[in-house]
Amino acid sequence: MTEADDKPLWGPAAYLLLVRIWMRAASQYRVSLVLTTLAQFFTTCLDLIAILVIYTHVQTIAGFTLPETLYLYGTTRLAFALSDVVASGVENLATMIRLGNFDLVLIRPVSSLAQVLADQFTPKRFGKLLTPILTLGWALHALPVHWTVLKGAVCVGTVLCGFALYCALWVLTGCVSFIAVDAQEVANSFTYGSENATEYPLNIFGRPLGLALTFVLPVAFVTWQPSLYVLGHSDPFGLPGFLRFASPPAAALLSGLAALAWRACIRHYRSTGS
Amino acid sequence: MTLSSITEPIILAEGLTKTFSSRKSAPFTAVDGIDLRVAAGELVGYIGPNGAGKSTTIKMLTGILSPSSGLLRVAGYEPQRERVRLARQIGVVFGQRTTLWWDLPLKDSFTLLQRLYKIPPSRYAANLAYYTEALDLGPFLDKPVRQLSLGQRMRGDITAALLHDPAVVYLDEPTIGLDVVSKHAVREFLSDLNRRTGTTILLTTHDIADIERLCSRVVAIDHGRVTYDGSLADLRADRDLETVVRELYLGRSLVDTTE
Amino acid sequence: MRVYLTAVRLSLRRYLAYRSSAVAGAFTNTVFGCIRAFVLIALWKQKPEIAGWDLADAVTYAFLTQGLITPMGIFMNNTDLGPRIRTGDIAVDLYRPVDFQTWWLSLDLGRALGAGMLRTLPPVLFGVLLFPVRLPLSPLRWAEFAVCCFLGYLISFGLRYLASLATFWTMDERGMSSILVALGMFCSGLIIPLTIIPGAVGTVLLHTPWAAAMQMPINVLLGTQSGGFGYALAFGSLWALLLLGAGRLLTDVARHKVVVQGG
Repeated sequence: MTEADDKPLWGPAAYLLLVRIWMRAASQYRVSLVLTTLAQFFTTCLDLIAILVIYTHVQTIAGFTLPETLYLYGTTRLAFALSDVVASGVENLATMIRLGNFDLVLIRPVSSLAQVLADQFTPKRFGKLLTPILTLGWALHALPVHWTVLKGAVCVGTVLCGFALYCALWVLTGCVSFIAVDAQEVANSFTYGSENATEYPLNIFGRPLGLALTFVLPVAFVTWQPSLYVLGHSDPFGLPGFLRFASPPAAALLSGLAALAWRACIRHYRSTGS
Repeated sequence: MTLSSITEPIILAEGLTKTFSSRKSAPFTAVDGIDLRVAAGELVGYIGPNGAGKSTTIKMLTGILSPSSGLLRVAGYEPQRERVRLARQIGVVFGQRTTLWWDLPLKDSFTLLQRLYKIPPSRYAANLAYYTEALDLGPFLDKPVRQLSLGQRMRGDITAALLHDPAVVYLDEPTIGLDVVSKHAVREFLSDLNRRTGTTILLTTHDIADIERLCSRVVAIDHGRVTYDGSLADLRADRDLETVVRELYLGRSLVDTTE
Repeated sequence: MRVYLTAVRLSLRRYLAYRSSAVAGAFTNTVFGCIRAFVLIALWKQKPEIAGWDLADAVTYAFLTQGLITPMGIFMNNTDLGPRIRTGDIAVDLYRPVDFQTWWLSLDLGRALGAGMLRTLPPVLFGVLLFPVRLPLSPLRWAEFAVCCFLGYLISFGLRYLASLATFWTMDERGMSSILVALGMFCSGLIIPLTIIPGAVGTVLLHTPWAAAMQMPINVLLGTQSGGFGYALAFGSLWALLLLGAGRLLTDVARHKVVVQGG
């Protein structure tokens, strides 16, 4: 039984492999897939329409103009849609555990996280990408921003760090499933709720909540903080300027936390059923 | 030292214990200080009434659960800590659940497993050809798993567990629900596998005929403790096997057979 | 008649058995109620009166809509009908000696009542305690609200029922239902109150059946429904009759189709 290659299959490689398999299974139901992708697209438009409707009545909300709010919306929506494409397989974890199928994940010679993230991958998730891309494109065009290289980098970094932050949030919500199966829905309200909340200028939530969303559940770093820099806005909460660039460490911190939490959950896994 | 490393068991458990804590009631000890030594190439029957701790033991051996205490080594690895590395050395067949991918043709599941386990292409092709013939998979290799009958699915699951040439295979009630012909086929296959390749097999079953046909050694567990560990011949001691096993399950002490 | 009441009771009991799931759902509703409330507060602070609503009206709306989502089935994730048609289990149901549509209505009503018990109050209570939610004291208003809610419920059931029946022809309920959910989310006023949507779009949206699910009952409660309770009553009744009637027709067509195909 000498193996030519002794190292197990790399996590991301296993992830891509499984994603391909799930896509192949999903593509068997063509019509359903098209319809649900369309539905995903419509659903992402809804929040956008809400913002547009709001701005037909006023010129600014909490001191932010329409292009500025759409920039916030576009960046967080895009980051979230990307994380949804990659990581929302974790939503099935509660069912997997309940049915005893998580055991099957653990007997495979690849990362358990990769298998869970890839679970039930479906191309319909791509339907969520179009609206934020278009919106962000329009906002970038309409914004009276004097673009520098640094601002451009921060803009790109916003989406990337936002993506990492959301992925970490997805994994953390998955960890909650190990503790209590019903708790996953509660945890989901934090993921989806964070996304919904960060579409708007964070100061609409008032100071206490705004600070909580910066230092307790660090979703302010998804787009709000770096966007203050890109948009050239002063911070309504009066927080120190270096926080505008703190998205990368925030993302790294939360990702590290998620990885540790996941490992701990596997170690303490109870496995129901015979 | 050299002598003991030659006879190093492939499964080694000493004082293996698993206690589940519960918020609502007292902690429950599913496995209570089990000692188990299985040498490479053995075919062991692991029996006991439901709730005895069989599944919990298997889950610890495969790395799904972490032991509360005790020593555990399988194929030289600590199962839970080295789960991924151990996984390539073991195969698991669940009688009541499939490890295959439901919506895809059987063949696709195998191809996926080849990639997941990094099976060298020549080895994979040879194994697949062999199992296709030995288990008669040809007629339904292209069928989606959800359309397979129970017997066909079981043969698919067995193949899936063996494609990567594991050192140890765990089978959890592999003949449950199968018709007489399929049961016979599975038994013959397992016996042949053990004899031909020396793959260590740990078989959990309630089926007396399974035990009779396959197991030279039987380990019985009840309430988390080993109640019998020895040869099948000594267990039955010229009596009807079904009666012996029933007595074992009911917890009555065994007639004479001393060690 | 008793059969249907039993169905309601059993369905209600089944829903209440999954209490912890409903509690988790109520939490989600409350969180989103807060988010929507803050958004509307930000708008109303800039422009204190829009379409006859003041800040308190808007905030009340935010929490009431969240509380009503589940009874009205906006996210349509509690119907067995679609999947049963797809798997063919529906054949059993079609041959039961009960009226098909009424049977499913009874089951869904039980669920809606359970959801109303467990998931409507928490977000509204939260809003009352921590936000400038303002609920009327007049019992007459609440009675009118209840009637409009019931009509809105019948309409939402009618819509979902028709969509589920479409599975007889499309053999897949997921595609249809996801489109319906997206439409429902918007047209019921969940995302943004329909009354503040300007122009022709707003007018059209106020006349779709979805408008009667949540927007109208809440308008009646707040006293801001143009045409008052009478208009809401007429509107709701009309759509309810239309949709349930269409449902009955479609059921007969479907039944005929099943029989012809051999079940």
